[in-house]
Amino acid sequence: MKQRNPKPQGLAYKRLPRRALILGGLQVAFVGGLAARMRFMQVDQADEYRLLAEENRINIRLIPPTRGRIYDRTGQIIGQNSPSYRIVIVREDAGDIDKVIAKLSELIPLTQDEIERAKTEMRRSAPFLPVTLADQVTWEDISKVAVNAPALPGVTPEVGSTRQYPRYEDFAHVVGYVGPVSDYDLSQIDDPEPVLHIPRFQIGKVGLEAKQEISLRGKAGAKRVEVNATGRVMRELDRQEGLAGADLQLSVDADLQQYAQARLAGESAAAVVIDCETGDIRAISSAPSFDPNLFVRGISVADYRALTNNKYRPLANKTVQGTYPPGSTFKMITAMAALEAGVISPSNTVYCPGHLKVGSRRFHCWKRGGHGTVDLETSLKRSCDVYYYDVALRVGIDRISEMARIFGLGVKHDIPMSAVAAGLAPNQEWKQRIHGQEWLVGDTANASIGQGFMLASPLQLAVMTARLATGRAVTPRLVRSMNGIEQPSGAGEALPINRNNLEQVRKAMFTVSNNRRGTAYRSRIIADEFRMAGKTGTSQVRNITKAERAAGVIRNEDLPWERRDHALFVSFAPYDNPKYAVAVVVEHGGGGSKAAAPVARDIMLQALYNGTPPLEAYPAGDRGRIKEQQKRLEGDRRPKARPDEKDRA
Amino acid sequence: MSYLEYAVKSTPSGFRKFLYMNWPLTLLLISVASAGFLMLYSVAGGSWMPWAEPQLERFGLGLTVMFIIALVPIWFWRNMSVVAYLGSIGLLIVVELFGTIGMGAQRWIDLGFMRLQPSEVMKVALVMVLAAYYDWLPAHKTSRPLWVIIPVILIVIPTFMVLRQPDLGTSILLLAAGGGLMFLAGVHWAYFAAVIAAGVGLIATVFNSRGTEWQLLKDYQFRRIDTFLDPSTDPLGAGYHITQSKIALGSGGWNGRGFMQGTQSRLNFLPEKHTDFIFTTLAEEFGFVGGITLLILYGLILIFCMVTALSTKDRFSSLVTLGIALNFFLFFAVNMSMVMGLAPVVGVPLPMVSYGGSAMLVLMAAFGIVQSAHIHRPR
Repeated sequence: MKQRNPKPQGLAYKRLPRRALILGGLQVAFVGGLAARMRFMQVDQADEYRLLAEENRINIRLIPPTRGRIYDRTGQIIGQNSPSYRIVIVREDAGDIDKVIAKLSELIPLTQDEIERAKTEMRRSAPFLPVTLADQVTWEDISKVAVNAPALPGVTPEVGSTRQYPRYEDFAHVVGYVGPVSDYDLSQIDDPEPVLHIPRFQIGKVGLEAKQEISLRGKAGAKRVEVNATGRVMRELDRQEGLAGADLQLSVDADLQQYAQARLAGESAAAVVIDCETGDIRAISSAPSFDPNLFVRGISVADYRALTNNKYRPLANKTVQGTYPPGSTFKMITAMAALEAGVISPSNTVYCPGHLKVGSRRFHCWKRGGHGTVDLETSLKRSCDVYYYDVALRVGIDRISEMARIFGLGVKHDIPMSAVAAGLAPNQEWKQRIHGQEWLVGDTANASIGQGFMLASPLQLAVMTARLATGRAVTPRLVRSMNGIEQPSGAGEALPINRNNLEQVRKAMFTVSNNRRGTAYRSRIIADEFRMAGKTGTSQVRNITKAERAAGVIRNEDLPWERRDHALFVSFAPYDNPKYAVAVVVEHGGGGSKAAAPVARDIMLQALYNGTPPLEAYPAGDRGRIKEQQKRLEGDRRPKARPDEKDRA
Repeated sequence: MSYLEYAVKSTPSGFRKFLYMNWPLTLLLISVASAGFLMLYSVAGGSWMPWAEPQLERFGLGLTVMFIIALVPIWFWRNMSVVAYLGSIGLLIVVELFGTIGMGAQRWIDLGFMRLQPSEVMKVALVMVLAAYYDWLPAHKTSRPLWVIIPVILIVIPTFMVLRQPDLGTSILLLAAGGGLMFLAGVHWAYFAAVIAAGVGLIATVFNSRGTEWQLLKDYQFRRIDTFLDPSTDPLGAGYHITQSKIALGSGGWNGRGFMQGTQSRLNFLPEKHTDFIFTTLAEEFGFVGGITLLILYGLILIFCMVTALSTKDRFSSLVTLGIALNFFLFFAVNMSMVMGLAPVVGVPLPMVSYGGSAMLVLMAAFGIVQSAHIHRPR
C-alpha cells in the first residue's frame, strides 16, 4: 500500500500519545483510588458500617407483660385482666379521614374531644400507625363497626387488656386499683423501666396493686423488628418472651369480706377478721366503699366529687389508715401491764365511787353512780374506768406503753396496703419529744382507758386481740401465696408475758360477753363450741365539760353525727381454742356494746360457720330479728347486674 | 478525498465490518449493562418492573444505535460534528424555552417515548466538534491564543446554558471534558496552569458570594457542599443521602449481603436507589468483590478505548475516542466518588447501570462513534 503523509507531523501531533498516556494514567490512578476507598470502607471499616446498618434497620419493641391476677383464699377472682375494646384508625388506609370519622360517629357515640385528640395524634404520627379513636367501647358498638367495616376504610376494632375487679366495692380498699402511668408516677421512680413509657400502660396506683406492683407487673418481653426508613415494621426478627406478673392469692375470704362489707353498709365503719393461727387476714372491710373499676377507666369528675364530698369518706381505708382512740378496748393492755408489773393481783379490788381525783382534776367513770368494789374480772366485764385510773397510776405510763407495743399497738404492721398507720402508744419520752411537755398523771389516767393520746387502727386492734387470744405475737398476713409459693405464716412466737396473767385477762374478757352483767352480754354466742370473749369500747371524740356533766351527759342520739362517740368491739372465738379475732370500729356509732358488738358477733359467726350461721348460735330472743337481718343481707349480697356488664353482655 | 478516506481504502466493507468491530469493548458494555439489569431487578424487590425491563429494552435500542453508527464511516461523523454541536445548542435553547421541569430544574424534552436530555447529547457533540476542530487546525497553531479562544468559546457556551437549567454537575463535566480534549490536542501547559489558578480564584469567589446579593450558587448547592464536607452536621436532612449511602456501601463488607439481601436499599434507607445511588446497592449486595469487579470493567472500557485511540493514525478518531472515554470516566468517577462520600451529591448517574434512558442511549451512540473509528481506522 502506498503511504502518504499529506499533513506535517507537527509538535502537537507528537504530543497526542504522550498526553493521552498522561490523562489515561491519571484516570487509571483515580480508578485505583476509588478501589482503595472502597476497600477501606468495605473491608477495614465494614464492621463499623455493619453496626450502623443494623441500628438503622432494627428496632426493639416491647411486649407488655400480662399483669398477675389476684385471687382470694378460696380461688375466687378479685383482680383480673379482661379484654377491652377500642376503635383505632389508620390514616393511610382511611383516605378521607373527615368523611370516615363522620360516618363512624353516626354509628357510635364519639365526643368532639375524642375526635380532636385523634386528629392531632394522627397529624403527628406516621400515616401507617394506628391511632385510638375511642377507648373502652362496648361490645355492641364494636359489632356495629365490624358489620359496617366496608364503609369504614382504615377503621378497625382492637382488643386490648384492662384490669377488672369483679368484686367491685368489696375489695376496693384492699386491692386498690390500677391506672395509666402518669408523668407524676414516672417522676417518682428512679430509672423507670421502658415498659412504663408505653402509652396507657397500667400500673398499681393504690393498695395492694401499688404495693406489689413489681411482682404483679412482671417483666416486659421484647421483639426485634426490622423497620424501613419511615419506621414501618417489615418483619419480626426474633422475640424474647417476657415474664407474666405473679399471681397473688390473698388470705382474705371473698365471701366473708362481702358479708362484712354488707353488714357494715350504712355506717362509716371498719371490720378486721384475723386468723389467730396464721395471722391471715380473713376479712378487712372499710365502709362505705367505692367501685375501683371507675378509677381504672378514668373516673368522671362528678363521680369523683360524689366520693370526696361524702362525709363517710368512702375513699379512706379505715381499717389501716384510720386511727381511733381505742377506748375501753385498751383496758386489757393496762391490766396486763399492771399484772406483769406485779402491782395488782386479780383479786385486788378498787372502790369505784364514779370518779377518781387525779392531781387536781376529777376523772369520771362512765357510770355516774360508780361500780362499787371492783376486781380485775369485774373491771373488764363492766368496763369500770376508775379501776384503771387507779391501777395505771401505780404502773406508770412507760410500762403501759411498752405492753401496748408488745400487743402490736403503736407499731406499724407490715402489710401491702396503702397508708398503713402506726397508731400511737405514747410514753413520757414521746410527749417530751413531740410536744415538749412533761407527762402528767392525768395523761396516764386518760391513756389507761384508751383515751387521750392513744390511737389505734382497727387492724392493730384485731392484732392485739389475736395476741390476747393466743399469747403469741400474731402478725397479720394479707398475701397468702405468690405464684403458688406460700408466704411466711404470721403465727408468731410466744409473747414475753406470764401465761397466768394473760389467762386472767382472757377469763375476764369471756365474762364481757357471757356474763349476764357483761357489757356485751346481748351480743353473746350461744353455740357452746364457739363461745366468744371480747371487750367493748366507746371512745369520746369530744370533751365533756363540768357543766354538761352536772346537767347530765348528752346522749349520743341527741348529738350531731360527727360529735358522737366511736363504737368499738374486739373479740376472739372460740374462747377455748381461739380461731378468729375480730375488731370492729363504727365511727360515731355511739356505744360499743350497742353499735359495734353485734356487728362483730355476726361477722365472727359468719367466719366460724364459714357461711350463714344457724339461728341456734344466737340468743333465743334475738333469733327473729337475726333471721330478718340474714334475709336482708342475703338479698344485698346477691350479685347485682352492673350497668357496664349489661353493655358487654 | 481526505487523507483518511484515502488511507482506509483497505477497510472492510458491508457486513464484514461487523467482524472488525471492537468486540471486547462491546462485550464489556454488555457486561456492565447486565450488572445494571441485575441491580434494577434487585432494587425493585425481585421484579423486572418497573425498572429492569424498560432498561433492557432501552439497552437493546442503544445497542442497535451503536451498531448502526459503527457501520457508518468515521469521516462522515467528523463531517457531522459541527451539525451535531449546533443541533445540541438548538436543543438546549428549546429546553430553555419549553423544557419540562423536573426536580427543580429544566432538563428534559419530552419526546413521547422517552425524555431527551440535551445536556447529555451536548457532552458527545462537544467532544466531536473539538476533535474535528483540532483535526482541521494545523498543529503549529494549536497553542496560539486566537486558536485557543475558539475552542474555549465552544466549551463555555453550552456549559453556561446547562448551568442555567440549573445543572451544576453536568456543566462541570462539560467543562472537564472540553478542557481534557484541549489538553489531549496539545495546547500548551501554561494555559492550563492559568485556568487552574483562575479556577481556584473562582471557587474562592463563589464561597465568598454566599449570603450576598450576587450569590453565584443556589442555596441547595451550598448546602450540598456543606454536607459533603461534614455530613454529620445534618444526618437526617441534607446529609442523609451521603450518610445512608456510606452506611449501605460499608456494610456490604467483603462478600456483600447477597443478591436481593441488601437491607438498606430494600428498606428504603437509600435514596434514589435505582438511579444515582445504584452503585451503593451493588456494593451492599455484592460487597467489595462486586464493586471492584464493576470498577475493573469500567477500567477495561477505558483501556480499550485508549488502545483504539492510539492505534489509529487519524487525529479525529484518536481525539474523539479519547474524549468519549474521558466523558465516560468522568461519569462513573464522579458518581462513585459521590456515593463513597468523596464528592458532594451532584446528580450524575452511574453510566450504563443507573436507570435512565437518554443518558444510556447517548452513551451507546458515542461508543458507536468509537466503534466506527475502530472499524475504519487506517491500516
